[in-house]
Amino acid sequence: MENTSTNWFLACATTDVPENSGVCVQYGNEQIAIFNFSRRNEWFATQNLCPHKQQMALSRGMLGSAGEACEPKVACPFHKKTFSLRTGECLSGDECAIKTYPIKVENEQVFISV
Amino acid sequence: MHPTVIVVGNGMVGYKFCEKLVAKSTAFNIIVFGEEPRRAYDRVHLSEYFAGKTADDLSMSTTQWYTDNHINLYLDDPIVEIDTTNQQVHSQKGHVLSYDYVVLATGSSAFVPDIPGIEKKGVFVYRTIEDLEKMKAYAQHAKCGAVMGGGLLGLEAAKALLDLGIATTHVVEFAPRLMPRQIDDAGSAILQAKLSELGLQIHLNKSTSSILGNDAIEGLQFNNNTVLPIDMLVISAGIRPRDELAKLAGLQIGTRGGVVVNEKLQTSNPNIFAIGECALANSTIYGLVAPGYEMAEVVAANLCGANKVFAGFDMSTKLKLIGVDVASFGDAFADQAHTRTIVFEDTHKGIYKRLNVSADGKHLLGGILIGDAEAYNMLLQTVNNQLVLPPNPEELILGSRGAATSNGSGVMSLPNDALICSCEAVTKETICNAVTDQQITTIDGMKKCTKAGTGCGGCVPLVKDLITGTMKANGQYVKNVVCEHFNYARQELFDLIKYHKLTTYNEVLDNYGSGDGCEVCKPVVASLLASLWNDLILKQPAIQDSNDRFLANIQKGGTYSVVPRIPGGEITPDKLIVIGQVAKKYHLYTKITGGQRIDLFGAHLNDLPAIWEQLIEAGFESGHAYGKSLRTVKSCVGSTWCRFGLHDSVSFAIEVEDRYKGLRSPHKLKGGVSGCIRECAEAQSKDFGIIATEKGWNLYICGNGGSKPQHAQLLASDIDSATCIKYLDRFLMFYIKTADPLTRTATWLNKMEGGMAYLKNVIINDSLGIAAELEAAMENHVNTYECEWKAAVNNPEMRKQFQHFVNAPAQKDPTVVFEPMRNQIKAQAW
Repeated sequence: MENTSTNWFLACATTDVPENSGVCVQYGNEQIAIFNFSRRNEWFATQNLCPHKQQMALSRGMLGSAGEACEPKVACPFHKKTFSLRTGECLSGDECAIKTYPIKVENEQVFISV
Repeated sequence: MHPTVIVVGNGMVGYKFCEKLVAKSTAFNIIVFGEEPRRAYDRVHLSEYFAGKTADDLSMSTTQWYTDNHINLYLDDPIVEIDTTNQQVHSQKGHVLSYDYVVLATGSSAFVPDIPGIEKKGVFVYRTIEDLEKMKAYAQHAKCGAVMGGGLLGLEAAKALLDLGIATTHVVEFAPRLMPRQIDDAGSAILQAKLSELGLQIHLNKSTSSILGNDAIEGLQFNNNTVLPIDMLVISAGIRPRDELAKLAGLQIGTRGGVVVNEKLQTSNPNIFAIGECALANSTIYGLVAPGYEMAEVVAANLCGANKVFAGFDMSTKLKLIGVDVASFGDAFADQAHTRTIVFEDTHKGIYKRLNVSADGKHLLGGILIGDAEAYNMLLQTVNNQLVLPPNPEELILGSRGAATSNGSGVMSLPNDALICSCEAVTKETICNAVTDQQITTIDGMKKCTKAGTGCGGCVPLVKDLITGTMKANGQYVKNVVCEHFNYARQELFDLIKYHKLTTYNEVLDNYGSGDGCEVCKPVVASLLASLWNDLILKQPAIQDSNDRFLANIQKGGTYSVVPRIPGGEITPDKLIVIGQVAKKYHLYTKITGGQRIDLFGAHLNDLPAIWEQLIEAGFESGHAYGKSLRTVKSCVGSTWCRFGLHDSVSFAIEVEDRYKGLRSPHKLKGGVSGCIRECAEAQSKDFGIIATEKGWNLYICGNGGSKPQHAQLLASDIDSATCIKYLDRFLMFYIKTADPLTRTATWLNKMEGGMAYLKNVIINDSLGIAAELEAAMENHVNTYECEWKAAVNNPEMRKQFQHFVNAPAQKDPTVVFEPMRNQIKAQAW
């Protein structure tokens, strides 16, 4: 924990995020979705806004995987557009992509690089 | 240096040309000039603009698309001159650009007949979004409108007037029938009757001599001196090719308009092409979008070095006009002397079908379908591929609609080069190869892979049949599996979970699935676990569907709606007051639902627990409006007050609703109880309906309202209340056990082999020997029911999930915005 580089933002505690689902954190005027994909033992962070209908909803979406490569994804609760958690690419055939953020867990605390 | 292609016109065909050219080659520098202020949009579905679609919804692409494909797009800037000597174009805003090729896709304008008074206020054409906006503004003060022209576009325009809320809409046609180019007199008569039922007033054989009124239109004067008073008119009397630019450039123009082109769509100047409705090919103006797309394909392919020709186009059409199917294909008006015709007419239901068969009875030449055009795709294929007709060709339009005749075998008999998707020119062979070689087995996959079905969408049922047919022919086992993570059908998963007593999603996935699950299988398994074990769904929040996850329905803007259970629609004044108090306190929009309940909209996620705490305090329970589960049992007031009532329908509705509340099922469930045969509870439109008789109750099942209404069918008559409950227990549990995901009871029954007779046998005669098991399962549900909202508000861990920001729990989502409407709020439009 000696590295406190200024662009790592303490978002929440690991226990704040239920297993295999997401929460939303406020960072200034931004809303960032954090996902605890415990089944894969991985954490992801993306924008909370679903670009399809401009809704602040991705953190309330369902997690899953797509294809042989098991691409981790989230499905927006509004119309089930799915996005890769790794690259942000829309997997439902649309052109819109979402922003992803580097994320790390240290001492049961979740940090996002912004 | 890349050759420069300048596309003049940014309509559907101009856009499609760009799409096709960039798909084939990156060797061109493409520049597009459009006269309209917006990007190409779907003009075919223009009337949907009034039905609520926005200009963005209709748009065919994004600004990003043009950037990504390096296409320079100039909007609101028409080309005013083509200088063929110096190979340059001049735009209205003063751009002068050199070209190697020009593609004219200037389209057409509405033909406006020269009638005295045509310039008056309130006279419109129906062509662009701007035209529609002008009509919309004017229509607010208009009560009575008319469309001049009863053709395809005219009837579309009439629909637009209806959508705009014009109380009386007339259609005035010069010819003795509607859609004179597509259908015959008898077909027109049926169509006219159908449209009259829907509120259109049709006038045939009417020639307009002048338009009456001072400044604004007040009426139409006809040649026979009659007058039709109206305050708004839409002209839809045909199209006129936009050939003025071509004419100015000295290109050859047809005597009745249109830029003359050869089979390669070249104009009289070999570097200039014309496509779409401005082009005169084979002495014809092709006024539909599909041939325009084909022309775009031919030019794009030839620029890339292919040798394609435009050999005319099938002008068959199928469309829904104001809800009525109309189709015309092949030679619709075949000369009676050399053909035989088969005609089916049902004026009661408003159906007309005509087939024109060759004199030797071997081939189908064409035909007309009004009121029911389900057979269109197959009939069109039969014409286009000259398939030999069966000995009794009338079966093609009359054929028993039972499951005995499988459509699948029909499509597989088509030749390989049969054109399945005419918008994107995809053949049967392409589709079948995609299935065999690339393992494409879904419609979405096929759309991505071949583009079939991405245009008008009319061929989607055929494409589905081809996918299934090809898979069967390849010996692939066609099973309705849940999703990529589970190679099982829902019913198989039901049995596996039950017999292995699995209680969590992860156990099910680890034992019977692969990967990490998805938004399809998670809710399916969640529903199965809830149906089987009736445990609290919020113990596994991460696998619940959007609405179940927060025990509320997510609405536009990200707020939720709240629906307390009001069994049978009965509510005390005190409880009504509490609903009012809650709505006021949390600023909620309030509306009575179709199921005799009250819906409160606009609740912030953070407020949901407090809202429910107050409702539960007053004696309310969750209404499960968010779940695939029992919604309401609607009732009429029944014998306690009604002078016709035979039994106490309210009490029975409450008993039934209380019994099945919280029951998770493949789809939502609705019920109704009526106190007499007048059926005021509309019980026959529900998944189960109970109607009082002199001797007891009649029980109806598998009805449906919604998009495909279907009456419930009688399961048992004159039964007592206990028997009724017993049959309902068995019926609902059998449905829960065997239906596919998201299948309502009506669809479940329609797909069931043996239909109602089989189902009756299972429920009443216990033909499968499972009645006791089904009843026990329902008894378990009733005994373990718990209001999930009560459990949630009393559990601090579950309550914690109802926060928007995990790092600012008290703060609500600041992006939520409401707008005022009729003294309440509404969500901001998206």
